[in-house]
Amino acid sequence: MAIRTLFFSALLMLIAPMYSVAADEVNVYSARQESLIKPLLDRFTEQTGAKVNLVTGKGDALLTRLKSEGMNSPADVLLTVDAGRLYRAQEANVLQAVESDDLNRLIPSHLRSADNQWYGLSVRARVMVFAKDRVEANQLSTYEALAESQWKGKICVRSSSNIYNQSLVAGMIASQGMLQTEAWLKEFVANFARPPAGGDRDQIKAVASGQCDVAVVNSYYLGGMLLSDDQAQQTVANQVALFWPNQKDRGTHINISGAGITQSAKNIELAQQLIAFLASDESQEWYAERNNEFPVREPVKVSAVLESWGPFVADKLNVSELGRNNAAAIMAMDRAGWK
Amino acid sequence: MLVIVASLLQPFSSAWQHLFDTVLQDYITNSLLLMAGVGAGTLILGVSAAWLTAMCEFPGRKILSWAFLLPMAMPAYIIAYTYTGILDFSGPIQTALREAYGWQFGDYYFPEIRSLGGAICMLSLVLYPYVYMLVRVAFLEQSTAVLEASRSLGKKPWQTLFLVALPMARPAIVAGVSLALMETLADYGTVAYFGVSSFTTGIFRTWYGLGELTTAAQLCAFLMLFVFALIMAERWSRQRLRFHHHSAQKKMARLQLNGWRSMLAMSIGSLIVFLGFVLPAAQLSIWASTGWQEKLNAEFLRLLFNSFSLAAIAAVCCLLVAVFLAYTKRVFASRIELGAVAVASLGYAVPGTVIAVGVLIPVAWLDNQIDFLSTTWFDYPTGLLISGTIGLLVFAYLVRFLSVALNTVDSGLTAIKPSIDESARSLGATPSRVLRRIHLPILRTSLLTALLLVFVEVLKELPTTLILRPFNFNTLAVRTYELASDERLMDAALPALAIVIIGLLPVLLITKSILNEPFSNE
Repeated sequence: MAIRTLFFSALLMLIAPMYSVAADEVNVYSARQESLIKPLLDRFTEQTGAKVNLVTGKGDALLTRLKSEGMNSPADVLLTVDAGRLYRAQEANVLQAVESDDLNRLIPSHLRSADNQWYGLSVRARVMVFAKDRVEANQLSTYEALAESQWKGKICVRSSSNIYNQSLVAGMIASQGMLQTEAWLKEFVANFARPPAGGDRDQIKAVASGQCDVAVVNSYYLGGMLLSDDQAQQTVANQVALFWPNQKDRGTHINISGAGITQSAKNIELAQQLIAFLASDESQEWYAERNNEFPVREPVKVSAVLESWGPFVADKLNVSELGRNNAAAIMAMDRAGWK
Repeated sequence: MLVIVASLLQPFSSAWQHLFDTVLQDYITNSLLLMAGVGAGTLILGVSAAWLTAMCEFPGRKILSWAFLLPMAMPAYIIAYTYTGILDFSGPIQTALREAYGWQFGDYYFPEIRSLGGAICMLSLVLYPYVYMLVRVAFLEQSTAVLEASRSLGKKPWQTLFLVALPMARPAIVAGVSLALMETLADYGTVAYFGVSSFTTGIFRTWYGLGELTTAAQLCAFLMLFVFALIMAERWSRQRLRFHHHSAQKKMARLQLNGWRSMLAMSIGSLIVFLGFVLPAAQLSIWASTGWQEKLNAEFLRLLFNSFSLAAIAAVCCLLVAVFLAYTKRVFASRIELGAVAVASLGYAVPGTVIAVGVLIPVAWLDNQIDFLSTTWFDYPTGLLISGTIGLLVFAYLVRFLSVALNTVDSGLTAIKPSIDESARSLGATPSRVLRRIHLPILRTSLLTALLLVFVEVLKELPTTLILRPFNFNTLAVRTYELASDERLMDAALPALAIVIIGLLPVLLITKSILNEPFSNE
């Protein structure tokens, strides 16, 4: 008996679709991981009474799912953690343009697509981290200067498979051109202290322990370490300092996390509301507080850690360019031997 | 599977030229080295563990015989993270060394954990249980008469091992090592974290980075062709050999180890278990011990339940299909069937994400066609019927893990001589009676092993689950991965530990029955 009941309930579980297309529900495919988005979605539900259904995954995998499901896809909103994927979604024709004065007012034009298919929701800066005891801040200036011979064997950076490194190089191609970028890459790669491995936190640890002097990382990893429960991580983070590169020219390279509304969206109005909510003061403060990401616009109160790093000049390049040049960036990195 | 192979028919894009010029050679060399290393590592660890526990007697043997399975519950990328935490330049060991001797960076040599060698060690440590499990069963089921004959002819125990026991266990060894190798080829998390550019990382780089899904699928197709060739070569090489045993079973007396030999056996055994399980689990527990009270909430229990039930359902489905295929192959051993079985087992060597996409695209297409027909004929849109359900997820697991179950059932079935069936049938037993009275009791160990392997695999499985799961459906592996990928190892430790613990339950339950009655022939 018990086995039969078990069998039928298992069968039921297998075939019952887990979502529905109710009027007051909005379905989200998110490359932003659950712990960094669910609390905001819950808050949205509290405020509007609309239920938000969530699947998280890697950007390209979600995009493939969206593409193959086509117009029948249950997804209303696609959230990604870099501009490249949004650009790719736009190219794949799975997003739709939204005319929203609200969103256009909230989000600066270089952080959204020209035709309003997607909007940036938080800013991630790729900064330099240096060893306080061996490097003076005035020795550092630009990403470009890291190719100079004084940094031979002193630089740590993670693999070129990482999207943020790809975007950094893509941004450089957009502003400097391919020729100059390739020349820079060759010298820069020759300055590596070790073959790239590990994540951004590992690069910060390597700087703290003396394996290299400077690392290029996303600022929120340093923030995460400073605020970590783990005493050891805090100690490491306090041995290094943050430097804002390229303040005197184009500004520090930034990427965004952002969102767009899908072609298949059943509930466009609610989806739009959700995106506006994610761009609201409340949500923007939350990104800063929870994950040390920067708000997409001024003036939003930022966390104490972000405050301590001071204001910075961010690259004003439209983030679409990062997506457009992504493949070219990878090929250039391959040629330069950046593993 | 067809989706991937079909990609070969599409034109080769200019990305190939780029890959060929720059990184392809690296991918291939690294993957081959990785396979060679993990193959040797799992072979040595797995076979020695199996030999010690199946054939020898020494203090602690019983404990070790199940403890050897423990590393199986440890996902490879988790062990990679923990070992990096321990052995890295900024980890406790190296820091202590530097403080003790006043060294600086560059003053001393310490092996770099994030390297090809490191990846080989990590993968060998968690994958050897596949070899151990299958080979141990093979050793236990080996005809005692043959082994005793060898011993009575004056061969030393270790000579018996190399001359008789190992060659007889070849199907199991090959099955185990090939499982480990396929898993190695499919591994993405470990090699990516260690910065080893293998073929698999290349597939993802091409897909995610260059945006060339077709080229990525073509790379993947070549990977499959390679694995297919390996499988075929292996089957061909033992085509003429038969591995049935003849004598009635009786328990063979284990070789009693004394003095330094038993100490050595104990320390080797404990060292393997220590490195593969105790040390990383201890590190995880230390990480998890901070703030676990607040993380252990109702939502966490939900994760436990999801992971457990999903793994259980998938394991049962896989086993049923595997048994069906294994019997089809046995009864109608034609070449075509053999080919089909080999093809079905390819799924295991393909990275999970690729399988997921290979399943996703045709199913979504089918769904959309059904919806289209239903809308035009009955004016009733069905929407997506299968996509985004647990059913699809289970189907994908089936594609991916079938070979685990199949290899195990198959190597068990090979040990039953066809003449046994024939005699039973000639004595008037119906096929189903043969199955129940003869095969099932003999196969019990293999079936349970297969069930256990798939269960643990699904529990740890990540990429397929990540992309195919329905809305609001999370598993422990998904949670672990999300936190670990954000480099929040401390937070990832609790779900990771939970995977290990749930994975242990069936390991303990099933090994108990495997160990107590290695063979119950009627």
